[in-house]
Amino acid sequence: MKHLLSTHSLSVDDIVGILDVADHMTEINSRSVAKVPALRGKTVASVFFEDSTRTRLSFESAAKRLSADTMTFSASSSSVNKGESLRDTIETLSAMGVDAFVVRHKSSGAPQAITQWTNASIINAGDGWHQHPTQALLDAYTITRSFGTKDSLKGRSIAIVGDIKHSRVARSDIDVFTRLGAQVVLVAPPTLLPHDIATWGVTTCGSIDEVVGSVDVLYMLRMQFERMDSGVIPGLGEYTARFALTPTRAAKLSPHALVMHPGPMNRGIEMVVDPSDLPGSRILQQVTNGVSVRMAVLFTILGSGATATLQQGVDA
Amino acid sequence: MSKKSIVFRGGTVINPDGNVVADVRVSQGVIDAVGPSLDGDTVIDITGSYVSSGFVDLHTHLREPGKEEAETIETGSRAAARGGYTAVVAMPNTDPAQDSVMVVRFVRERGEAAGLCEVVPSGCITMGRNGTQLAPYESLAKEGVRIFTDDGNGVQDPLLMRRALEYAAPLGVTLAQHCEVSRLTEGAVMHEGACCSSMGVPGWPSIAEELMLHRDIELVRLTGAPMHFLHLSTAGSVELVRRAKADGLPVTAEVTPHHLALNDELLRGFNPLFKVNPPLRTIADIDALKTGLLDGTIDAVATDHAPHASHTKEQPLDAAPPGMLGLETALAVVNTAVNADPRRIVEVMSWSPARIAGINDRHGRPIAVGEPANIAVWDTTSVWTVSRDELASRSKNTPYHGMEVRGKVHHTMFRGQLVVQEGKALK
Repeated sequence: MKHLLSTHSLSVDDIVGILDVADHMTEINSRSVAKVPALRGKTVASVFFEDSTRTRLSFESAAKRLSADTMTFSASSSSVNKGESLRDTIETLSAMGVDAFVVRHKSSGAPQAITQWTNASIINAGDGWHQHPTQALLDAYTITRSFGTKDSLKGRSIAIVGDIKHSRVARSDIDVFTRLGAQVVLVAPPTLLPHDIATWGVTTCGSIDEVVGSVDVLYMLRMQFERMDSGVIPGLGEYTARFALTPTRAAKLSPHALVMHPGPMNRGIEMVVDPSDLPGSRILQQVTNGVSVRMAVLFTILGSGATATLQQGVDA
Repeated sequence: MSKKSIVFRGGTVINPDGNVVADVRVSQGVIDAVGPSLDGDTVIDITGSYVSSGFVDLHTHLREPGKEEAETIETGSRAAARGGYTAVVAMPNTDPAQDSVMVVRFVRERGEAAGLCEVVPSGCITMGRNGTQLAPYESLAKEGVRIFTDDGNGVQDPLLMRRALEYAAPLGVTLAQHCEVSRLTEGAVMHEGACCSSMGVPGWPSIAEELMLHRDIELVRLTGAPMHFLHLSTAGSVELVRRAKADGLPVTAEVTPHHLALNDELLRGFNPLFKVNPPLRTIADIDALKTGLLDGTIDAVATDHAPHASHTKEQPLDAAPPGMLGLETALAVVNTAVNADPRRIVEVMSWSPARIAGINDRHGRPIAVGEPANIAVWDTTSVWTVSRDELASRSKNTPYHGMEVRGKVHHTMFRGQLVVQEGKALK
């Protein structure tokens, strides 16, 4: 695998393979010295043209645990503010010797565009409303490992609640979840659903109350405040009334049901309940798994491919 | 003007009253003989090709003044000539915009200086294309401007649009609308449909075009002023124009080659070369546009030739400007995409656009003795592969690079002078 631009370019076997490698990474992360030399001598550059803390730190710690060298570039403190084009930025960084770029950009398709301007591998860390493939992989990893059904989501029902239309997480999750066999239901007002949703192989519903008692996974998306200014929803009060996870609603969840959120959470908006009060919450587990899954992605793209090499530790 | 005569020998002459195999002789800027076995100082064998009036493009962005790094009037004229065009209507979204006598004169004079085709300036509907104040139609009409448009922007204000039509009507000019309700296309990147939905980019809904088209058809009904509709892109638009014509309203419409040939699936790879405004739409839209072109609902093919410097297209899809080259590939793309007979091709690429542009005293004329020698020689059978490196345009943003097409322009004659021979520009 040269790049990871979209979940659509991954076969189900690719997905299952990455999740299997992630198990090895989870084991490494449990060691007293959580570091292996697998990517020694490789350079991973995180280039973030849009603010992000958790994804950038997650990738960077993944790279470091595999002994890769890391470089960080963020648009707010860079020559992008001096008008440098995306192409020039990438060509310049590439000239310093980069094996993989981890790219976050506000424009859908930007990581794909970047592949024209460098020979390095490109890993999409979120582009516009388009894709966030490592989020989908870590979400699938979290769900399969929680249910102990390794590699399959067959028969599971997953509700994704919130702003689907503007969400790269939703686009990636829907693709991975459905291809692993899950039934996905989208819970949102029509103004927050993508156009032509009927072609996506999912169902939709207009209130969280219709699904909360029956789903295996309740996946809450972050509600973005600026959407209200554009008249997409009437107001936060109405949104919370129809779509927030409240203690009353949480009480209706099945005992085995998982609650997930890609973060950062809006407490009091989509999460009116305290997640630490929810036994089914996997929200922090998602963050932990994120490091393992990103290690697996980096290793799959830059590594030797042989997981046996992961047994070797690094001298403490 | 050269006194030497040129004979096009053995081609099929396409005229409104019929096709005939005949030689065509040109001398001193006019056609001086049409018939069998003509001789002249220079004889060009065009057996197997068609000879027709030169093409007329209602919709060309020449970028000068203002964006000369993308195109100049000279390079755009050369591209036009290579495409078989003997006249192009220069869109007014230059910098400064074509809303004054000074700028309009500049554009016309630069076109004359290039001498490759007639550059016919259009004027703005509103000053600076800002949609707030009417441009001076009468002063510009006196300079020969016949088409007024804010192309790139639709005129949003219905009151202003009504007044523009009322004011322009007695001047014998035509207002041309870029139909786009801008509130419905804020941030829009491509056609709103299944493709944009999965790609996660903001959609440009068909309704944004159709709403303004519908409004303007009703304003034409109210005012009686003629109106031309630029680059129709949706099946709904074709139907609206069809009904307006059935009602006898004085409306005309154009379609671009790319809206006949390319669809929104091509954007799946996020390639900005396929970004254009209005956007590439669906197969169903393409089918409706083709039907409209063949049944007369759509009067003309117009290129919307929109050069952009490479660095501006080397950006993510949402940041790149819309627009693609069109002049040098128009005939081939239309001929490849649409099953049109050659006479309909001439009708939509020469006769009708010349009439809409108000230049049918000198373009889109019959191939007949005494007519000005604005002529294209072309065929519908040559197969060739488009290469961006062989284009005369200063820019390279063709979406057809590497694509195999059918139909080729061989020679173009402008005012009796051969400006393109065997596909090569002579100046």
